[in-house]
Amino acid sequence: MSGAFETRTEMLRITDLHAFYGESHVLHGIDLRVKEGELVTLLGRNGSGRSTTLKSVMGLVGRRTGSVMFDGREVTTLAPHRITRLGIGYCPEERGIFSGLTTEENLMLPPEVKGGGMSIEEIYAVFPNLYERRTSPGTRLSGGEQQMLAMARILRTGARLLLLDEITEGLAPVIVKKLGEVIRLLKSRGYTIVLVEQNFRFAAPLADRHFVLEHGRIVATVQKDELAAKTEMLHELLGV
Amino acid sequence: MDIFGISSQALFGQLLLGLVNGSFYAILSLGLAVIFGLLNIINFSHGTLYMFGAFVALLGLNHLGMNYWVALVVAPAVVGLLGVVIERSMLKRLYQLDHLYGLLLTFGLVLIGEGIFRYFFGVSGASYAVPESLRGGVDLGFMFMPLYRGWVVAAALVVCFVTWWVIERTPLGATLRAATEKPLLVQALGINVPVLVTTTFGAGVALAAFAGVLAAPIVQVSPGMGANLIIVVFAVVVIGGMGSIAGSIVTGLGLGLIEGLTKLVYPAGSAVVIFVVMIIVLLFRPAGLFGKQA
Repeated sequence: MSGAFETRTEMLRITDLHAFYGESHVLHGIDLRVKEGELVTLLGRNGSGRSTTLKSVMGLVGRRTGSVMFDGREVTTLAPHRITRLGIGYCPEERGIFSGLTTEENLMLPPEVKGGGMSIEEIYAVFPNLYERRTSPGTRLSGGEQQMLAMARILRTGARLLLLDEITEGLAPVIVKKLGEVIRLLKSRGYTIVLVEQNFRFAAPLADRHFVLEHGRIVATVQKDELAAKTEMLHELLGV
Repeated sequence: MDIFGISSQALFGQLLLGLVNGSFYAILSLGLAVIFGLLNIINFSHGTLYMFGAFVALLGLNHLGMNYWVALVVAPAVVGLLGVVIERSMLKRLYQLDHLYGLLLTFGLVLIGEGIFRYFFGVSGASYAVPESLRGGVDLGFMFMPLYRGWVVAAALVVCFVTWWVIERTPLGATLRAATEKPLLVQALGINVPVLVTTTFGAGVALAAFAGVLAAPIVQVSPGMGANLIIVVFAVVVIGGMGSIAGSIVTGLGLGLIEGLTKLVYPAGSAVVIFVVMIIVLLFRPAGLFGKQA
């Protein structure tokens, strides 16, 4: 099994990434590698730089130095829409549902970036709520439905690397459970997923690896099989 | 036939004139609203580009024998292209700054544009003949309708409707509406927003140029024709609010009608009635009749 792991493509390679919001030096040399089909989480307290890391991959941050390679290609020189078009799906922390668009318009907005994305029928099968509310303005949906919509729209595009920022935040347990099922489904289909998560109990059973961030640096890496041994350390770092 | 002591010819004649004016208000305020929504730029030069469109028609006719119908397509294309150049070379640099800078820059373009035209064409206007096929009129019973004026209203309604339909009912329009809300996120979803912005500005000013060609046979084609119109159009936009496309259209036409009616009952007030309406609306609904309340 480990032999097969080693020969998988490296989907994302972040090397010595520094990021700045104006004068503020927010990321201090992030190094991160994610192989195809892996699910990794970025854990840490608020302000530790988890969302900023995702935004830096997408080129949404003011200034960056260092290297971000997606599927062997350097992306720090590219505009955000070109990065997405290489096959990345980004689900922002604030969900980003457009109030001037209906649910279906929101769903159909992102262009297909690769073949093999989920069809509309498949998406409505996985998220039947979205079908029922397809003509409602996007922001009339509940928080949980908006989160489903934010995920569904990037699944349509054929993106194979998914960057998901705090998808369970503020949602009821039944919705969180549903999201967990969706993530498991995506993992089984070979998607590569980077999950920023505050909710450790949600992330723990899903991930192959966990990265813990503190003050813009990775301070700990925990493999799936090390979880039990390192639980106490994690509790300390995360203040859980 | 008399209605309230006014002959029906006078009444409906004036209403038609009001609709004609309202058509120009609608087309121009539509372009302004779309540009403001997406670019956050108050495009002071909208009136100048309307004037430019009329001049393309005039010069095209006098020097190239370009007829009216061709001008209706060529003038918007030429001005649209000019708009693309303006946006890429100048406006693009101002987006992250205060609205004021966009206003100042486009105001500067007004001064330059009208200055150049005044230098070459003087202050007085040149006339542009009504195209052959639209001369004369038709007797509708309650009024005599000049064909050209009927055409202007019809053409304006069609153009406004098509613009509304593209923005509100097509995927391209959905992309535009989304980019108006959160341009950075739309980029992160894979859409080339800078190109969308440039194209939208070009399309918005092309609409103004189309109105300019429509206006050419009615008003004198002069360098000042845009300046006279743009102040009223700004008032229309303030009254309607930036919120909805349909709102801009309805407000433009409605105010044209109100202006026309005022000419009938109190001609001296017709020049200011729109501004009076603006003051009233600002007092009670500052976001505009159709604007999104902050």
